[in-house]
Amino acid sequence: MSDQAYNFAYLDEATKRMIRRAILKGLAVPGYQVPFASREMPMPYGWGTGGVQVTAACLTPEDTLKVIDQGADDTTNAVSIRTFFERTAGVATTTQTAQASVIQTRHRIPEEPLRAGQILVYQVPIPEPLRFLEPRESETRKMHALEEYGLMHVKLYEDIARHGEISTAYAYPVRVEGRYVMDPSPIPKFDNPKLGNCPAIQLFGAGREQRIYALPPYCDVVSLDFEDHPFTPSKADHDCDLCGCATSYLDEVITDDQGGRMFVCSDTDFCETRRDAGHRGRLSPEETA
Amino acid sequence: MKDLRDTPLLVVEDLSKRYGARIGCVDVSFDLWPGEVLGIVGESGSGKSTLLSCLAGQLAPDTGRVLYQGHDTLEMGEPQRRTLARTDWAFVHQNPRDGLRMGVSAGGNVGERLMAVGARNYGAIREAATDWLGRVEIDATRIDDRPRQFSGGMQQRLQIARNLVTAPKLVFMDEPTGGLDVSVQARLLDLLRGLVRDMGLSVILVTHDLAVARLLADRLMVMQGGHVIEQGLTDQVLDDPQAPYTQLLVSSVLQV
Repeated sequence: MSDQAYNFAYLDEATKRMIRRAILKGLAVPGYQVPFASREMPMPYGWGTGGVQVTAACLTPEDTLKVIDQGADDTTNAVSIRTFFERTAGVATTTQTAQASVIQTRHRIPEEPLRAGQILVYQVPIPEPLRFLEPRESETRKMHALEEYGLMHVKLYEDIARHGEISTAYAYPVRVEGRYVMDPSPIPKFDNPKLGNCPAIQLFGAGREQRIYALPPYCDVVSLDFEDHPFTPSKADHDCDLCGCATSYLDEVITDDQGGRMFVCSDTDFCETRRDAGHRGRLSPEETA
Repeated sequence: MKDLRDTPLLVVEDLSKRYGARIGCVDVSFDLWPGEVLGIVGESGSGKSTLLSCLAGQLAPDTGRVLYQGHDTLEMGEPQRRTLARTDWAFVHQNPRDGLRMGVSAGGNVGERLMAVGARNYGAIREAATDWLGRVEIDATRIDDRPRQFSGGMQQRLQIARNLVTAPKLVFMDEPTGGLDVSVQARLLDLLRGLVRDMGLSVILVTHDLAVARLLADRLMVMQGGHVIEQGLTDQVLDDPQAPYTQLLVSSVLQV
């Protein structure tokens, strides 16, 4: 079968319409998990089938797509999804945050601030923030409906009781517009402050769990905490070893078996842009004259 | 304003629940006054637990009314009923595993109801949890242990602490001492009796153990086959039973 046998962006138009309806409902009720009829996608669950369906429903031929996986543009997940849409939609792709109109992401929000007109699509493994505390779906739905969110704080309480601080470091629960408690997908809690008051549209797709939820632009998003243990976004206490940035989220890379390690920006595009602008870090290669 | 002490806390009128052709409980009516402990006794299958579930809003009865402080709990919406269930009411299950979160530490278990009603200060929650563990005679050093590391009697005491931390007015108890050995039972009964007196709790206590009823209950209702066949003050019912079934029940208690 040739690529032309596929409809634009793989999904048929009826499916895209169904997904768009779910997205619109999600935008109208920020943080609410809208059920949708998730399709089988040509990739395994866990590889972003939810995000891919949301992206497919959002794409227009004029769009420029960026796909990131844990901040990087060049890892398997990012490359395969980018190629997927290059082949099935023929849209332009980029690795630069500023030039993209649609960004599909796994587990990160780009360091560069998003602007109005952009859409950020998250891949979500488990959309239900209460799932590990309450296994019954009938019960969690009721808890959302009745705003019974005390249990979420029980989890944070357990964190403090066991570790002396809120040790939840990713998928940190947030409350949206004072109403729904939402799982922001497994982004590091360092990224949580970027969720709120963001000019871009943020969409969350969970393929296996068949849920879509959304944050409209300039939405109020609060990370849950205790009065005496306030929320703190955290990152490794280092500068980037390649670009020297002190404020970006870092990956730790083991470089040998002697305990050697380096810290680099997890957002590869951000790091490259800084290096091109002449910033240097501790382990940057020497300038060639 | 009417003094709440002059009105019954709970009024039950003609409550019936059938499971198809089978009878759960039929035409049960009673008033429960503030600070009163009502025992419901009867053999297995006599409708005690059905009645308790209907009262606590876990089962919908077929006919009848349940008024809590004048409000019909069957008419009110689910949000209000659930709010009641985690503030003014408490439910102590026979099996502590049904009433506890086994994967959450003792402190978290006790704190859950506080957090559910809006407590957001970790230090205050922990202090309340420590205080309540002390009141149910659990060592404060066990606060971060999970309930599965506790003995059966401790689990039951933890369940009681978890339920009473928001100072409820009405407690439903379903065989609170079932499955515990006799000496542990005695300690638990002692503790319960103290808490009921100190906090002025109203209790509806379902049990098949007449000794438990004798120790805790002010008033007794005897059920058989879904019907209430006798009610009155505990001592009166147990010392001078009128209904033939009650006489049988009282005489079948083993004397040591």
